[in-house]
Amino acid sequence: MPDLLQIEHIRKTFPGVVALDSVSFSVAPGEIHTLLGENGAGKSTLMNILTGLYRPDRGRILYAGREVRFARPRASLACGIGMVHQHFMLVPAHSVFENILLALDGVPGFFSRRRLRDRIQQVIDEFDLDLDLDSPVWKLSIGAQQWIELIKLLMRDCRLLILDEPTAVLTPQESERLFAVLTRLREQGKSVIFISHKMREVMEISDRVTVLKKGRSLTTLARGDFDQARLAGLMIGDDQVPQWRKQSRVGDDVVLDIRDLSVRNDRGLADLDSCSLELKKGEILGIAGVAGNGQKALAEVLTGLKKAASGRIFAAGEDITHSSARSSYIAGIAHIPEDRKSIGIAPDLSVDDNLILKSFKQPGFRRWIFQDRAAIRRNAREKIAQFAIKAGPDGAPVRYLSGGNIQKVIIARELSEDPAVLVALYPTRGLDIGSAEYVHKVMADGAARGMSTLLISEDLDELLKICDRIAVMFRGRVVGCVDPRQTTREAIGLMMSGEEVA
Amino acid sequence: MSLPRFRTERRELNAPLLRFLAPLLSVLVALFVAGFLLLAAGVDPAAAYLEIFRESVGSIYGLSETLVKATPLIFAGLGVSLAFRMQIWNIGAEGQIYIGAMAASGVALFSGIENHLLMLTCMLVAAFICGGLWAGVAGLLRVRWQVNEVIVTLLMNYIAILWTDYLLFGAWKDPKGFNFPLSAQFSDAARLGDYFNTRLHSGFFLALFCALLLYLLMERTVWGFEIKAIGSNPQAAQYAGMKTGPAIVLVLFLSGALAALAGFSEVAGLQHRLIHGISPGYGYTAIIIAWLARRSALGVVVVSFLMGILLVGGDSLQLTWQLPIAFIYAFQGLILFFLLAADFFLQYRIRRVAGGDA
Repeated sequence: MPDLLQIEHIRKTFPGVVALDSVSFSVAPGEIHTLLGENGAGKSTLMNILTGLYRPDRGRILYAGREVRFARPRASLACGIGMVHQHFMLVPAHSVFENILLALDGVPGFFSRRRLRDRIQQVIDEFDLDLDLDSPVWKLSIGAQQWIELIKLLMRDCRLLILDEPTAVLTPQESERLFAVLTRLREQGKSVIFISHKMREVMEISDRVTVLKKGRSLTTLARGDFDQARLAGLMIGDDQVPQWRKQSRVGDDVVLDIRDLSVRNDRGLADLDSCSLELKKGEILGIAGVAGNGQKALAEVLTGLKKAASGRIFAAGEDITHSSARSSYIAGIAHIPEDRKSIGIAPDLSVDDNLILKSFKQPGFRRWIFQDRAAIRRNAREKIAQFAIKAGPDGAPVRYLSGGNIQKVIIARELSEDPAVLVALYPTRGLDIGSAEYVHKVMADGAARGMSTLLISEDLDELLKICDRIAVMFRGRVVGCVDPRQTTREAIGLMMSGEEVA
Repeated sequence: MSLPRFRTERRELNAPLLRFLAPLLSVLVALFVAGFLLLAAGVDPAAAYLEIFRESVGSIYGLSETLVKATPLIFAGLGVSLAFRMQIWNIGAEGQIYIGAMAASGVALFSGIENHLLMLTCMLVAAFICGGLWAGVAGLLRVRWQVNEVIVTLLMNYIAILWTDYLLFGAWKDPKGFNFPLSAQFSDAARLGDYFNTRLHSGFFLALFCALLLYLLMERTVWGFEIKAIGSNPQAAQYAGMKTGPAIVLVLFLSGALAALAGFSEVAGLQHRLIHGISPGYGYTAIIIAWLARRSALGVVVVSFLMGILLVGGDSLQLTWQLPIAFIYAFQGLILFFLLAADFFLQYRIRRVAGGDA
């Protein structure tokens, strides 16, 4: 059977940057084709070309045997190429239904709302998703928002689906469900381009894998020809991956003691429902759970962005739930936020400035009311070297950095004051292997110095590898704690779906 | 094949040189386009531009007039640019100028202070505080109830202007003023010094001093850093422990206070009384200035000087060719228009796309 999509020698440059050098691969009908590559390898640029956001400088795209040039996103959509982006393209204030409606073509001026709703509901039921069509999008978890993106494409009958790290927001069970959906789509003859760097998934789902490195397609391997080690080797090449070893040195002191804590959300429902947890000195405590089961609220209440409705938080024995000590204590908690671009950085300021966003008032960075620019620069140079940040030219706004480097800037800033507690939300989401390993190393090193970490992640492999203890959350409660050395992914997965384990 | 299409693409990198050339270029293009307006009015553009140049900077007197015009523009431009720096859109500089003029005049007319320095200090402080409080209202509304500051500051302009007129047509009217809407003349104690036998007064130097102060505040101090950080991303700033609410109120206070100093300097330095229409739209021109100056304090001084040239030159165009002052406003509008266009092209480029849908 001829290929559905053929990409030949695509090149794309931006002023001063070669984003894609020469990329070729093809996707057959009914194939799940994985694109594997580090951040900055050119995956996103390539996908933006496929979806008509960018135009290539050179090379050809053949779709269903014809050469195509997509001038606009609509053109590629009209061909049946649909994409679920890493950053969702949704209108937060509109309802789920309205967002899906927005994505559909050919809806007549007068349409039967009910019939359309029924059609959408069919898709929702078919794939067993739990989605309220009338809820505004901003109230939904990120996981649920991704479903909307998927439904949009399924409603349009796309022939080629592109999924950019779709499992980053899903539980193992949900990922399994997604894979089942993808498998079913494959059986229907649809093609999928799957972008991921979680090896386990790549191994499980891919028919073929194309490895991208520095804007070039290195090779395409068919199922059976690739294994985890081979792919990792190709992907990383001769790049350095930081080495670290976990030393378990959990103390007896309880650094943070959360008792029956409840937090309400904008709808007045409990995001946290009498949740209890203990964090010990030097411990890395993992929080596993499906997105939207209270992990975010937990992080927000610990970092001062939300208030507790009831319950108590004790820090080193002192009650800090409401007292004035709370703000000063919270100032000492390092926080790696979930949405790094929207709350982690001031995009127009330089790397130097972003590195002191929290500590700019401290004596080291000021002389009387003036900033000590020399000290700030010195600090930046130190951090850039220490955390291997690729910062670009001096003074360049931080928004030009890649996702991994932005994350490093945030981590460098948050850890620079030797915090007693680190609350990290999905710190490796969207990072390449090297950067992710680096983040793990930083946390392990911190633990060795006595820093306690609350690590909220959806990547069970990550949790199992690095944590001393894993607490599983479901509907705002901790349903149980497990020892990563004595548990399995399956056991945790069951707990994530709400089953209490003795 | 369908018709050729054009589309915009985001530029990935930003050339710093271009960023500074853009204002210059937009002024030149505006000059060019305004030339057609002049032609339509039957005036030789080259002669008109030469006239503007000669009248505004061609003589000591012309230069002094240009600086006199630039003075209120600097104050107001500084105020507006400070707020813009934090992404707070203070459109109310015009009203704040009136409030400042009113407050300073109130002190000058009714305090009876005879000491020169004390009198001027009191007038300045009154203008500063009243202008600050006036703009601070918009800040409070914004922080407390999320009321859009654009609407509040804009509408409060009308209140301030009409309030001034209410006083000038009523209680404050000069009994010896032949019923004109003017206040009584200030005593000598309430007048800023003049220089070189021209109308240039100390207000100009005060404006330069404020510009320097603001520059240091924004670029060198811890507080300025906080303002820039909040302006860049309020959420990130908040999460880094900065208090955005008080900062917004304070910035609007300072912004209004600086604009109000324009009012103080106009009544104390130039008119020596409060008059109807004390600001012929300086507060609005300040918005253009802040934007042209890329919100930098020192840039405001340079751009205000250029605007001063335009205003002085415009006056002489009125005299020589009977052109309406509207020509100068049209010219200002053209500059802003082309600058905004230039900003767009700095961030995006337009490419021709052959073909269309596949």
